[in-house]
Amino acid sequence: MTAFSLEPTTSWYLVLSAILFGIGTLGVLVRRNPLVMFMCIELMLNAVNLSFVALARELNDINGQTIVFFVMVVAAAEVVVGLGIIVSIMRSRSTLTADDLAGLKG
Amino acid sequence: MEFFVFVCSASMILVGAVGVIVRKHPVHAALSLVLTLFGVAVLFVAQEAHFLAAVQVIVYAGAIVVLFLFVIMLLGVDRVENLRTEPLSGQRPLAVLASLGLVAVLITAILRGNQIFNERGTGLNLPDSQNGPDANTVQLAESIFSQYVVAFEVTSVLLVIAVVGTVLLTRRTRAATE
Repeated sequence: MTAFSLEPTTSWYLVLSAILFGIGTLGVLVRRNPLVMFMCIELMLNAVNLSFVALARELNDINGQTIVFFVMVVAAAEVVVGLGIIVSIMRSRSTLTADDLAGLKG
Repeated sequence: MEFFVFVCSASMILVGAVGVIVRKHPVHAALSLVLTLFGVAVLFVAQEAHFLAAVQVIVYAGAIVVLFLFVIMLLGVDRVENLRTEPLSGQRPLAVLASLGLVAVLITAILRGNQIFNERGTGLNLPDSQNGPDANTVQLAESIFSQYVVAFEVTSVLLVIAVVGTVLLTRRTRAATE
C-alpha cells in the first residue's frame, strides 16, 4: 500500500464519473418531466466522456479523446430529435409528464 | 495544484448534478446542468484535452442548454413540478437503491481494475515549446481526419438526418392547421 498522496490519479476521475453516472441514472428513474429526464441523460453522457478523457491520459492514447468528440456530436443530434418529439407531443396536450405518454401504447 | 482544481471542479459537478435532479423548476435544472458541464470542461483542461474543453463549453454549455431553455420557454412548461407526491408508490426508494447499487458496482470495478492499465498508446502530444501551443488540437485532428475519417463523414450524414427529421416532426401539416 503506497502512501496516501494528494495528487489526483486516474481512479479519482473514474470514481467521480461513476458517481455522476449514478446521479444521472437516479434522475432518469425519479423525475417525471421528459425535459429533465433528457438533462439527466446528458449527465450520464458527460460522465462517460469524463472517464474516456481520463483513460486517454492514463493510457497515453489520443483515441479516447477522438471518441469523446463523436459522443458529443451524437449527443447533440439526440437532443435535437428528442426535443422535436417532445414539442410535437406537446402540441396536443397541456401538461408535460412522462406518464402522459402511456397513451401512445396500442 | 491539480488536487485543488480537482476538488473545486468535482464539487461544481456534483452540486450541479444534484441540482438537476432536485430542483423543481425545469429552468433551474437547466442552469444547474450548465454548472456541471463547466466543471467537466475544467476537468478536460486538467487532463490535457484542450480542444474537447472548448467544444464542451461551446456545444454543451452553449448550444444544448440554450436549446433546452428554448424548448422550456416555447412550450410554456416552466411551471413548478410537485416533487412531494410520488406517482408510483415505492418507486423512489427502489430507484435510489438501484443507483447506489450501480455506483457501488462501478466503483468496485474501478478499484479492482486499476492494475491492468498496462497497454500504452503512442502518446499524447502536450503543448510545449517543441510541439507548439495547439499540440492537442493538431493530434486530435490527425486522428479524426486520417484514422476515423469515414466515421466523421457518417456523423455529418447523421446530423443532416437529425435536422431533416426534426423539421418533419415539428412541422404542422396544412390539413392539421385548417
